[in-house]
Amino acid sequence: MKKIFLIIRREYLTRVKKRSFIIMTILGPLLMAAVFIVPIYLATVSNESKTVAVLDESGFFYEKFKDSENIKFHYLLSDLNSAKESFTKTGDYALLYIPKTAVSLPENAIIYAKSQVNIMVKSYIKDVMSRQIEELKLEAKIRDIQPTTGGNLTTDDILRSIKANVDITTIKIGSNGKEEKSYPEVSMFLGIFSGILIYFFIFLFGSQVMRGVIEEKTSRIIELIISSVKPFQLMMGKIIGVGLVGLTQFLLWVILTFGLVTIVTSSFSTRLKPNAPTEQFMTGQNQIIHADKPASPPNPAKDNKDNVNEVLDAINTIDFPVMLSSFLFFFLFGYLLYAALFAAIGSAVDSEADTQQFMLPITIPLIFSFVMAQYIMQEPQGPMAIWFSMIPLTSPVIMMVRIPFGVPYYQVILSMVLLLLGFLGTTWIAGKIYRTGILMYGKKVNYKELWKWIRYKN
Amino acid sequence: MELFTALNISKSYAAHKALDKVNITVPEQSIFGLLGPNGAGKTTFIRIVNRIIAPDEGEILFNGKKMGAEEVEKIGYLPEERGLYKKMKVGEQALYLAQLRGMTHQDATRKLQYWFDKFELRGWWNRKVEELSKGMQQKVQFIVTIIHNPKLLIFDEPFSGFDPINVNLLKEEILTLRNNGATIIFSTHNMASVEELCDHIALINNSKKILDGNVKAIKKTYKMNTFEVNFTGFEEDLRTFLPPSFHVILQKKEDDGSIARIQLPGNMTTNDLLREMIPHVSVRSLNEIIPSMNDIFIRAVTEQNSITPDLSTIQS
Repeated sequence: MKKIFLIIRREYLTRVKKRSFIIMTILGPLLMAAVFIVPIYLATVSNESKTVAVLDESGFFYEKFKDSENIKFHYLLSDLNSAKESFTKTGDYALLYIPKTAVSLPENAIIYAKSQVNIMVKSYIKDVMSRQIEELKLEAKIRDIQPTTGGNLTTDDILRSIKANVDITTIKIGSNGKEEKSYPEVSMFLGIFSGILIYFFIFLFGSQVMRGVIEEKTSRIIELIISSVKPFQLMMGKIIGVGLVGLTQFLLWVILTFGLVTIVTSSFSTRLKPNAPTEQFMTGQNQIIHADKPASPPNPAKDNKDNVNEVLDAINTIDFPVMLSSFLFFFLFGYLLYAALFAAIGSAVDSEADTQQFMLPITIPLIFSFVMAQYIMQEPQGPMAIWFSMIPLTSPVIMMVRIPFGVPYYQVILSMVLLLLGFLGTTWIAGKIYRTGILMYGKKVNYKELWKWIRYKN
Repeated sequence: MELFTALNISKSYAAHKALDKVNITVPEQSIFGLLGPNGAGKTTFIRIVNRIIAPDEGEILFNGKKMGAEEVEKIGYLPEERGLYKKMKVGEQALYLAQLRGMTHQDATRKLQYWFDKFELRGWWNRKVEELSKGMQQKVQFIVTIIHNPKLLIFDEPFSGFDPINVNLLKEEILTLRNNGATIIFSTHNMASVEELCDHIALINNSKKILDGNVKAIKKTYKMNTFEVNFTGFEEDLRTFLPPSFHVILQKKEDDGSIARIQLPGNMTTNDLLREMIPHVSVRSLNEIIPSMNDIFIRAVTEQNSITPDLSTIQS
């Protein structure tokens, strides 16, 4: 065990100290930040004025939304159904609906829009709502603590207790009045983003494992090392070490990207909350569960309202650790499964030029799942989506594309179990090929030969 | 007392039999030469000893006990195909390899410094391996092989690629290591170094052990009862007066006198030869010809090949 740790440490340190790693770590966030910042920037510079109709059933926000340079508000006093009906006929940009709440302050709202809602509009509305709610809460708090002046509440406690947690759902209304949850926009982004991330991670670091194995073979250090440790230990040490390099890079990217986005966006506009992209992430995650619930059934207004409240209440009960942990799981085990195969290829060849013939069966399922991702998004619950999110070679990418749209837990767990078994299976086979391959020089290896190596006992 | 015993080791790769019931015993504190032509199975045998591959049959005893995974740390191995990570720093790499052999960081650093000084590598600690000359790289490899004070050292073609100065340095180190208690298995084609260093040998050919034992004893058994006589006073064929059972292999005239090689029948000795020679010639010197390891190697291998021809030669 101590030796495998030594191997992991070497693999990790030699790579992290490389110049290419440092350059990638700096360039990655710049690119990713650009992906976030450019649309926000474009939204900020567009001069087109947008009109938002406000239907505030709670009554707390009447006249609270002040017109800004780009956004104008007008207030409706009808019920939701007629508001929606008239909304489709007018040129209004969006319809903001704040439902009535029984006990608490209204912290949830729905934006109906004809197209994707501008992130600045959404952020502005959210900002106003949060401030209003915090004000209301603060008033209530002050009323509460007045009788017991000098109570042991600190400012921090108060600030924490009045913190507003506003959630805004966006729903797209077609010109024919048909409603479509528009969170797929967010889910799509999230799904494709995590899918692509996994795809690149596997390719990038899987091939690093392969190159590492080839390096050991061509530099002829391999025999020296496997006289100290078992070939399997060396293989796993390398896979884990390189995987940790990938994780490190990924975490650095996330931290640096958020840092950059925060700095840049806050300098764009003071109105725009610095955590705009974060918010987009969060809403996306929050929407997982109610994906397969009907958005707003064509019922009378009263039922409709209750239903919406139910949905909105449900949002708050979701823990997005599920989303995050499933991402980490598919991210890691997808990598582990493929890295073992990459290691096996590296062991079977004498130079990188010879890898082509063996790379194909590995790259095909990866590229296939990458290409399939956009079809899967259109029908995330279809049979194709379900099948490919179960097969271990395609599941890391496909399942991550599906998860933001809402996947039944049993499917997620089944897919995880299958991936785990797939990982054990490929690692076992790869270990056998590796063990024989690393000591084989100058031999033209074909699939028949590999099959023979797999069947060698010990 | 033997440090190491291989019992009935067999190993096959698909249709090819690499080792066939090989028994080898290596006495403690000896230098043991493992000889054989290319492809005979030496490397397979060495890999089995190092537990890089497992034998199909047979077992290895180390210090009288069945060898386990932890014994690997008591072995130092210098493979024939050897190299280092090119992009890694020399000292870092030596430390890494020493730690893989079970040394602590502290212990390894201290010992490596000693050896780096001894082999004049001190200034190279923080340089990348690719900046080193081939000879220096081999010194580093030698150091990491012996750094953990192994009881058993296995050198596979240790001298290939070394210049003569370093070969001598290495030979001295090998002898010192033996004198300090290490046992050395040493696989080579270089018969001169076998004669110089080895106490015992085993000869493997066509996956079988065909000869083993003490070098002196083997030479004795391979003696052909052949003598070289330097004489004057007779310039015709010696066969004119020697009995027909005396086989004259060679006779030639030199500047001052003649040289002849004569093989005697098994029951005859030097005295018998002298008795026949002295009446006709004046003998200046007489030496018994002791076969070199090279001769023995070639004889043993060709003999075995003619008895059990290699399967592959039949096919081809």
